[in-house]
Amino acid sequence: MPDAIVVGGGPAGLSAAITLRQRGNSVAVVTTDAAASGLYKARKVDNYPGLPGLSGAELLERFLEHARGVGVEFMAGQATSVLPMGETIGVAFGSEVLTSACVILATGVAQTSLFDGEEDFLGRGVSYCATCDGMLYRGKRVCVACLAPHADDEAEHLRAIGCDVVAISPKDMRIIGDEFVSAVVADGVEIACDGVFIIRSTVAPHLLVAGIDTEGGYIRASASGETSIAGVFAAGDCVGPPLQVAKAVGQGLSAALSASEYIAKR
Amino acid sequence: MSILHLTSSDFDTVIGNGHTLVDFWASWCGPCKMVAPVIEQLAEEYDGKMTVAKVDVDAEGNLAMRYNVRNIPTVVLFADGAEVRRFVGAQPIEAYKAGIGVLA
Repeated sequence: MPDAIVVGGGPAGLSAAITLRQRGNSVAVVTTDAAASGLYKARKVDNYPGLPGLSGAELLERFLEHARGVGVEFMAGQATSVLPMGETIGVAFGSEVLTSACVILATGVAQTSLFDGEEDFLGRGVSYCATCDGMLYRGKRVCVACLAPHADDEAEHLRAIGCDVVAISPKDMRIIGDEFVSAVVADGVEIACDGVFIIRSTVAPHLLVAGIDTEGGYIRASASGETSIAGVFAAGDCVGPPLQVAKAVGQGLSAALSASEYIAKR
Repeated sequence: MSILHLTSSDFDTVIGNGHTLVDFWASWCGPCKMVAPVIEQLAEEYDGKMTVAKVDVDAEGNLAMRYNVRNIPTVVLFADGAEVRRFVGAQPIEAYKAGIGVLA
């Protein structure tokens, strides 16, 4: 069991992980591949002190190298659920669960607008986890809204277990049905299906952590990174603008210091 | 109080009487593993007031289908055989308690 788990491998998460290591704490970062980070897509970052002119991907690679070098452990996968379990806090990714005394959320830009019908049909045909729910759709037709690099793997998993998969990359989508999902309307085209798996780079904070306080789709956090849940800290784009690398790195540090103090007090 | 592991042969009999909380789960599901200790704690706290049970959807696919379980974990509260409350996804213990509330 690591001393802390960081959810997200962007600038805030990696900054937090590096600081936790410097404070002598073991830390595991749960993250999908680097290409899913918002930073990875930036053509050029010119306002990060000391490292001008690098592309987002280059800057991220520097951060990753630094984190690996100080012994940060990486676990590949998308966290779909974070849950206080009494003495510890659990982070589920796929079929795996990691537990720790504390968790730092650095999940990136929050999904502020869900698709029409998405929340209404949650539990009635909408899913975010192919590993968890795919088997319930064996022999049925499912749409997979591929909105993140790892979505192709999720679609492939569903195909492999016997689902009839329609992979789509909608800009706009409406989910329709009576009691249960019966179809999606993706960019104006209606596709009949029994379920829809929505695979984004980031799971909306209130769906990732049941009961956490949010505001406008962002996690409510103090300046030192505390959220409404004891032992859960947050940093970076998921707590709100400005959505900038330098700010994310600073918040990652603050959250790590708070987490480190929290660990020491236990 | 121990948690019952239900199959299609005893499901109706068990949920038919009083309050029963049923956790639909599977071994391949990470969030189900996180909810397991929460369900155990509920079984302790509601001992004598409510039966707490689990259904492995892998082995009992027909029960999952019958109750239209589309995400796991799904936790369903039954009163004399009728569904009265459904919790989808891993929830903190307070959320289950708030839903079960009337029994406490």
